[in-house]
Amino acid sequence: MKSLLRLGVFVRPYRIQVFLALLTLLAITSISLVIPAIIRQVIDVGLAQRETRFLALSALLIMGIGTARAGLTYWQRYLTEWISTHIGFDLRNRLYNHIQHLPFTYHDHAQTGQLISRCIEDVRAVERFTGSGFVELVNLTLLLIGIVTLLFLNNARLAAIALIPMIPLVLVTSEFGRRVSNYFLAVDNALGELSSRLQENVTGVQVVRAFAQEPYEIQRFHKANRVLFNARLTVIGEWAKIMPTSNFLVTLGTILILWFGGQMALRGEMTIGELVAYNSYLLLLAAPAGQLTWLVNMAGEAVAGAKRAFEVLDHIPEIQSPPDAVTLPPLSGRVEFHNVSFAYQGDTTRALENINLSVEPNQVVALIGPTGSGKTSLVNLIPRFYDVNQGMVLVNDQDVRHVDLVSLRKQIGIVLQTSLLFSMTIRENIVYGRPETSEEEIIAAAQAAQAHEFIMVFPSGYDTMVGERGVTLSGGQRQRVAIARALLMNPRILILDDSTSSVDTQTESLIQKALASLMEGRTTFVIAHRLSTVRRADLILVMDGGRIVESGTHLELLAQGGRYREIYDLQLRDQEQFREEMDSLETAASAAFPTARLRGMETE
Amino acid sequence: MAQSQSLSDDIAFKSYDPHITRRLIAFIQPYRLQFSLALILMVVNSAGAVAGPYLVKIAIDSGISAASLTKLRQAVVLYLVIAGIQWAATYLRVKIMARVGQSIIFDFRARLFEHLQRLSLSFYNRYSVGRVITRVINDVGVLREFITWAVLAIARDLFALVGIVIAMLSMDLRLSLIAFTVLPLMLWATSFFKKKARENYRLVRSAISWVNSVLAENINGVRVVQAFSRQEINYRYFRDEVNQNNRSVNLRAARIASAFPAIVDLLGTLATALIVWMGGTAVLAVSQGGGDAITPGVLVAFLLYIDRFFDPIRDLSRRYDSFQSTMAGGERIFALLDTPVEVQDAPGNIDLPPLRGEVRFENVSFYYSDENPSDEAQLILDQINLHVPVGQTVALVGETGAGKSTLVKLISRFHDPTQGRVLIDGFDLRQFTQSSLRRQMGIVLQDPFLFNGTVMENIRFGRLEATDEEVESAAQAVSAHDFIVRLRLGYHTPVEEGGATLSVGQRQLVSFARALLADPRILILDEATSSVDTQTERLIQKALARLLQGRTAFVIAHRLSTVINAHSIVVIHDGRIVEQGSHAELLGQGGYYSRLYRSGFED
Repeated sequence: MKSLLRLGVFVRPYRIQVFLALLTLLAITSISLVIPAIIRQVIDVGLAQRETRFLALSALLIMGIGTARAGLTYWQRYLTEWISTHIGFDLRNRLYNHIQHLPFTYHDHAQTGQLISRCIEDVRAVERFTGSGFVELVNLTLLLIGIVTLLFLNNARLAAIALIPMIPLVLVTSEFGRRVSNYFLAVDNALGELSSRLQENVTGVQVVRAFAQEPYEIQRFHKANRVLFNARLTVIGEWAKIMPTSNFLVTLGTILILWFGGQMALRGEMTIGELVAYNSYLLLLAAPAGQLTWLVNMAGEAVAGAKRAFEVLDHIPEIQSPPDAVTLPPLSGRVEFHNVSFAYQGDTTRALENINLSVEPNQVVALIGPTGSGKTSLVNLIPRFYDVNQGMVLVNDQDVRHVDLVSLRKQIGIVLQTSLLFSMTIRENIVYGRPETSEEEIIAAAQAAQAHEFIMVFPSGYDTMVGERGVTLSGGQRQRVAIARALLMNPRILILDDSTSSVDTQTESLIQKALASLMEGRTTFVIAHRLSTVRRADLILVMDGGRIVESGTHLELLAQGGRYREIYDLQLRDQEQFREEMDSLETAASAAFPTARLRGMETE
Repeated sequence: MAQSQSLSDDIAFKSYDPHITRRLIAFIQPYRLQFSLALILMVVNSAGAVAGPYLVKIAIDSGISAASLTKLRQAVVLYLVIAGIQWAATYLRVKIMARVGQSIIFDFRARLFEHLQRLSLSFYNRYSVGRVITRVINDVGVLREFITWAVLAIARDLFALVGIVIAMLSMDLRLSLIAFTVLPLMLWATSFFKKKARENYRLVRSAISWVNSVLAENINGVRVVQAFSRQEINYRYFRDEVNQNNRSVNLRAARIASAFPAIVDLLGTLATALIVWMGGTAVLAVSQGGGDAITPGVLVAFLLYIDRFFDPIRDLSRRYDSFQSTMAGGERIFALLDTPVEVQDAPGNIDLPPLRGEVRFENVSFYYSDENPSDEAQLILDQINLHVPVGQTVALVGETGAGKSTLVKLISRFHDPTQGRVLIDGFDLRQFTQSSLRRQMGIVLQDPFLFNGTVMENIRFGRLEATDEEVESAAQAVSAHDFIVRLRLGYHTPVEEGGATLSVGQRQLVSFARALLADPRILILDEATSSVDTQTERLIQKALARLLQGRTAFVIAHRLSTVINAHSIVVIHDGRIVEQGSHAELLGQGGYYSRLYRSGFED
């Protein structure tokens, strides 16, 4: 119920419309009472007085009132739909914007399917009720109060008897409302779970097929499907109980009147006519009582939806610009870590332990170390994707927690391992971080990222749609568009992962070149996998278990003969030896095939 | 983000398609007993509803009027019994219909999911996640409403309508005809609104689809959104374009949806007014000694009937919406169910016996069937002939898009060749069931995809019946054990959606362990080693060397060591095998391989 009251915030901007809708509904209800009265008049007066003109006049009157009622019905319906749609619009906007601002920590644990189902299905349940449901509920309540008053005014003693079943009716209905919202919550959760199962199976379809685990997945889907089945049956089971019960209790009222009223009539305390009239008043209760349970059901669904929506909205983004945030001037590029420790939410082990680091403007920092040693965690702290648990991260001598996030992130360029592009045109993807960019700049960025050539091969060039409805770019092409996107930001600080996964060797060399041009004149943090990158770095950080175990230049670290030396001997040297081998080969080959230089050949 | 609403799936649907109705009925068929039972219960209910007033009459006439307390008591008790029966009948009816409705949509979802599991991978290139979810969740959900509530209600409405029409006709033909004069108007209004409603329904569906896809994409890419500080722009776009479109389309639909009941209402009033005027005049004429016998009582009854007459019509017009969406939903569901399964087990397919692992390609060509086959350039694989003896490792080399991935997909039968055939141990792959084939095959894909679940469950995905010890030793073999035990809950640490809480390298190691656990006879490695750091990769190379031993393996490799160690290197260019041989041989040829090799590995 609390969630329902909280929805008031969303209803308030439309209180005038809600009031108008209520007014129209009341008007319709009262008009509906007028037509039978006219008909009675027609029969009593018109037919008795044999006035043809009176009949025509009555018919016209009925027509007039009917037209008015039809108009009001139209407005009432439209108004409630209007309110619903506007409330849904507002709520969905709020949810979307809030989700966008929730930090990485939240999204690490959230399921896309569940979030989407909150923005669509739950919002729908809420808007359905807040529009028509709410207005109807008020109307019904007024109507019920009116009928009950009428009954009491007519015959207080009979009313006291006839309304006895109303007490359990009220109790049962409110109990139903309380319970059903929890059951609807179960349904919503089950539905979200089913969506997530589907989502995962569609994204991971190759893996499922590769391991021939379709039966297993079908069985898991069946389980989720069964949970939803049961949750739904529980909800309707409640409905199956309350609906006939409400009818039964109203009928019970009639039976009580018959029995007690009948005895009163037998004793001559009231006439049969009075009894019949009284019963017909009581029967007026039947329709609204039935509708009431339906509305309570709807309210229960809305409460469940509201609960799920508020669950998201109540999650205050831990990472926001503070109220007195400093807007960063153009960055010098200095980055410092002071005693930084960091653990992911829910993890007991720390991902970073006591990191101290000072990087001068325009330095290239290479991070190396085994998988899970903390390289990605470290660079994620610079744009404040996560907050440190201890110590601080300084950019331009300012603690990142004290600066305006947009001014910070706009000056940091990031190229991640998995280059996510959006399904819009290539141009829109490139200008993603800086929408107001001239054509020349876009092309320059694409050229520097070695992407211009393959883009121009497409018939629509930069206006080619990417993704589902357009071309499917290969991994290497995606990566180069992502590089162009970062390059266009002209960032002072650059964070990149130089692993070039899933591309062929020629593409890889193109990407390497693109990255090299990207790094020029910027402070760069690079999660390095290649000797060339590592060797070029001003500072190499060797990481292990969340700590920096060694740091220095290539030559210094080689001389130390520590961990870096080990890695170098194990793997990096292979690359170097290979390069030398290739150099001699190339000399031999170019002697034999003078024209066989294929560097820069565009392959896609 | 999806660019415009027209992108969403709008199959043009007819308002009523007998074909779809027939197929829907086929799904309902198994529950016809329950349907009949529910229908009977509904009749019981209606009978009870009619009996109520009658019992009141009895109670008054033979009870109170006759001053008989016994008769009154009898009537009251009978009424109580009937009320009890009505309670039970409604309860049972709702229960039955709930179960039937839920069972039918359960069946639908299960059928859809099983079908999705059989559809070939090229289907997934065309069909987005959002669309699949809309089909299985929303479209099926629409059916639920219809089956649980609307079917019986429509039956009841039609029943009531026929009853009232008969009652009206038998009471007075002339007044009935007067009342029915509004029916042509009714029909005209219905067909007018039907068309409008259909248009609107389509617009509303595609508007919500658009919202859905924008949400899906931005939630998936939220890290990029934040990295580029796009929240403001995205929010404005969502609010002013996507969500705004949804709002205005819904408002437009609301205008039509609100007008229709108002019109029905108006026509009802018109009929009332006509009866009052013309019927009243007729009553007067009668009493003045003219023709027909219309009494005031008949007139009153008639006016009551007109009210009742429009009740089921009003209800039917409301159900019509539900019917409309059911037809549309049904059409889309069946379209998905009818999507042919391209790679299919033939009826006579047998389970593959334990493999030796000899692979042979005979004149294999391949193109995607939904593309234009007449265009030579569309060929992805062109006349591939290849023989790989048992236990050999083949390195596939070539540019992106040359056809390497497609070639290995043919071995695991993700696709069937368009021409030629693929043989394992001398048998055409198409003779065997897909699952028996893939169970003897290990595949490591480019994207190390992990499922929601623990690390243990993810590795065990390779072989469900593996013990915990076997899982651990597989993890150890690919150097994943060390990092796993350092996780918060070790092997029982949950992996979030897409493996978000693990690093890319860690995800890859887990996927290796998964493949290793499957202990395949044929192993396919698709460029999987490239994003692990050098140290880890070294370990994996070692593990792989052990793994490759004694198995037939196809490796799409970029790492020199893998290429050099392979028994044979196959160079693919534009879907053809252009060179084949050992590292030394190919370098000596100074052809394509040596060029690729040089440009790729220089730093």
